[in-house]
Amino acid sequence: MSTTVSTRKPGTESSAAGRAGDSIFSGLSLAAGILIFAVLAAVALFLLLQAAPTFGAAPADVTGGKGFFTYIWPLIVGTLIASVIALLIATPIGILVALYISHYAPAKISNPVGYVIDLLAAIPSVIYGAWGATVLAPALVPLFTWLSEHAGFIPFFSGPASQTGKTMFTAGVVLAIMILPIITSMSREIFTQTPKLHEEAALALGATRWEMIRMSVLPFARPGIISSIMLALGRALGETMAVALVLSSGPMIASLLKSGNQTIAAEIALNFPEAYGLRLSELIAAGLVLFLITLVVNMIARAIIARYKEFSGAN
Amino acid sequence: MSKRIDVEHLNVHYGDFLAVQDVSMNIEPRSVTAFIGPSGCGKSTFLRTLNRMHEVIPGAYAEGRVLLDGDDLYGKGVDPVTVRSMVGMVFQRPNPFPTMSIRDNVLAGVKLNNKRISGSEADELVESSLRGANLWNEVKDRLGRPGSGLSGGQQQRLCIARAIAVKPDVILMDEPCSALDPISTLAIEDLINEIKTDYTVVIVTHNMQQASRVSDKTAFFNIEGTGKPGRLIEYAPTSDIFNTPQKKETEDYVSGRFG
Amino acid sequence: MSTSTTNPGLSPVRQSKLTRGQRPKWLIPVVGLVAVVAGAALAALIGFSVALWALFAAVIFLIAGPVAVGLIEGSRAGADSLMTFLVYAAFLLAVIPLISVIWTVLANGVPGLTSNMLLTSMNGITGFQDNKADAPGDVMGGAYHAIVGTVSITFWATLMSVPVGLLTAIYLVEYSQGGWLGKAITFFVDVMTGIPSIVAGLFAAALFGMIFGPSTRTGFVAAVALTVLMIPTVVKNTEEMLRIVPNELREASYALGVRKWRTIIKVVIPTAISGIASGVTLAIARVIGETAPLLVTAGFATAINWNTFSGWMTTLPTFIFYQIMNPTSPTNPDASLQRAWAAALILIIIVMLLNLVARLVAKAFAPKTAGR
Repeated sequence: MSTTVSTRKPGTESSAAGRAGDSIFSGLSLAAGILIFAVLAAVALFLLLQAAPTFGAAPADVTGGKGFFTYIWPLIVGTLIASVIALLIATPIGILVALYISHYAPAKISNPVGYVIDLLAAIPSVIYGAWGATVLAPALVPLFTWLSEHAGFIPFFSGPASQTGKTMFTAGVVLAIMILPIITSMSREIFTQTPKLHEEAALALGATRWEMIRMSVLPFARPGIISSIMLALGRALGETMAVALVLSSGPMIASLLKSGNQTIAAEIALNFPEAYGLRLSELIAAGLVLFLITLVVNMIARAIIARYKEFSGAN
Repeated sequence: MSKRIDVEHLNVHYGDFLAVQDVSMNIEPRSVTAFIGPSGCGKSTFLRTLNRMHEVIPGAYAEGRVLLDGDDLYGKGVDPVTVRSMVGMVFQRPNPFPTMSIRDNVLAGVKLNNKRISGSEADELVESSLRGANLWNEVKDRLGRPGSGLSGGQQQRLCIARAIAVKPDVILMDEPCSALDPISTLAIEDLINEIKTDYTVVIVTHNMQQASRVSDKTAFFNIEGTGKPGRLIEYAPTSDIFNTPQKKETEDYVSGRFG
Repeated sequence: MSTSTTNPGLSPVRQSKLTRGQRPKWLIPVVGLVAVVAGAALAALIGFSVALWALFAAVIFLIAGPVAVGLIEGSRAGADSLMTFLVYAAFLLAVIPLISVIWTVLANGVPGLTSNMLLTSMNGITGFQDNKADAPGDVMGGAYHAIVGTVSITFWATLMSVPVGLLTAIYLVEYSQGGWLGKAITFFVDVMTGIPSIVAGLFAAALFGMIFGPSTRTGFVAAVALTVLMIPTVVKNTEEMLRIVPNELREASYALGVRKWRTIIKVVIPTAISGIASGVTLAIARVIGETAPLLVTAGFATAINWNTFSGWMTTLPTFIFYQIMNPTSPTNPDASLQRAWAAALILIIIVMLLNLVARLVAKAFAPKTAGR
């Protein structure tokens, strides 16, 4: 292509202006990409800067009076407990619902059902929290009472059960309902991508529907299921409102049926508005810890997805 | 271990669309029957109705009767799972289970019915099935390796081994060589000639030379135009179809003056 | 599906040997009936409740159904039917909370959806007014200030995140050419996707706290927090949409001598615009319901504040949260609960509308497929 300005044709812009436009546009989009780095670096930097006083403070000045680690440890445990309960409930149900949509539901209703599950994901967390506190918590009280009476010898279920139902168990159930759509929609997508060839191979050998799913669908989808669970875990770890509204928090205890325990996110949300000075810095440090935990979980999920992509490319 | 198939007035629909119209034929045990015809003439669809695999496609259904040694595959209360364990199938593209080893691929169908098969029995079955598929010598040293690591022709023979390991009465093959090179194709054709002593084999092929090489009887399917149903035009011993066809359409097709 | 009676050409039927061991058609309904009755009986033994009844009936059915099928048709069919029942049960189980949530919001929210709710703020509303209110219609105060806050904060967040998100996606798809920078950006966008919303709020609070002094809380701080949450969603979605634009279109445009940036603006983006627009709408729907980052950034206001850059603001989610956690009148929280549920209903309606709009946009502007 000629680069001289004299070749300018009617109806086209001048090359000089065009070139300037090109470099401005590419510069802009590059700047936007770099801004992402800047934002992320800023997130880490400002959290670190604001959290720094906590790490330098005398242990007696930190909430609880025994240093930051003693303060944050129960919160980490609480966060993990809530997320594990949520995963234990949501994983089997989420995968089964995904199977329902991909392989069991009649063709006519599988799409609407998928849409309804997506709507489940769109409901704001504060509404789940409000629902959990006013509807689910009282509804679970009889179950808690029964569990504490008949399975109280297990530390998790030791009584007396909370009479408001605002316990870790309830918070876990609400979290489970919130992360279920993540597991379902990701798993469903992978289930429907199972090569027809492999499904037919199983059926032609005389496999029942479940045997076909076990032979061809689940092996194909396993990495995808695992990464969907990890992403859901990341979401559950960072979820704030459901826990803040549902859990009646307190010191770390083993029983899931009594008031007690607290998660990092809810601790921050409930205390930040009134916090100042060192307390503010503590909460930001807690946020930093939460950020690191979710970062690790998400990294693992991404790594699984990336490895899985390499494998599927080879086939 | 080999059964006859009698098809009586079979129609196949995809929803509102009539794909195959009024086919009747008798397939003898221990024989190879080839289905030939232009693309879209319904021969693959018809093949799938012989073990009810067409039901995998949403909206597809068949009416009429398919008798396997006198038992109607479409009778009331017949489970397609039972049918498919008696009528095996080999597909156009080789489809070994990618996550299973060669050995597990051969045993995939067997383990469904007999979970507690002993190690030595399983070993015997794997060897006999792979020998039956002419694959034993090539893979006996790497039975634990994934089946997807084999060449296309080897994969297809692995699929045949997987199909005969369940000891079916009939083996259906849907263009089993269309994705293979000529040497692998030859290996499969030899194999078909060997397994017909034990099984009823029905094969769909686009390749008329292949039909004339492997089959005892040949069925020619045709359609009048797009949107029209496929019909069975002529069904006769292979030599008759290729040398002295009775119908003009058949003659045009086998002599290459068509499509 | 047999036409044997109408078709004269068929040979006479004999009892098929293939049907051996088939379960009779009535088996599953009968097992279901037995499970319901036995469940009722068991529930009555312990202390009857509908939930207990449903639970026992379901458990009995899930055990008895597959066992019955397994005895008649063999263990394989039994396992198959067990999984089928489990899959259906899981689906029903997953739908129950959805129905319950929507029902709760509707039942509690509709009575509170008064003109007060929509058109007045909480300015000057104290426990005194709440204690006087007996009927739903008497409740004073509303969420107007929260609606204002939601709209202005979301507006600023959208204004900041959409250009950055769009340009980043354009860089990734059109300019990076698989280079290390593109890979790094993709990686960091993934990291950003995983930032918990409360951490994004903390970041914005920390950032403005460092610059303008601690406890700086305005609507704009909240908008910055939401921007951090929104950017990765917009990037991811736009990137996906740009990638499915066929390369032939770009090449056709280059072949006409059109500059790259004009090609992107005139050819690539118009082709993908419906997907991009619906993605942005979904991203808005997501952040509009965010609560946690606003608790730590926007403060809490009871009066209408249109100025995003100064003064505290309340949004619908934080309004709901505070009305539940700290009722205006602690002795008579019903008025506050009523306002909270009405606000929840408004919020859910907004979110659902945005989802609907996103779907409509995706459909309406979708490139027409040939021939149809």
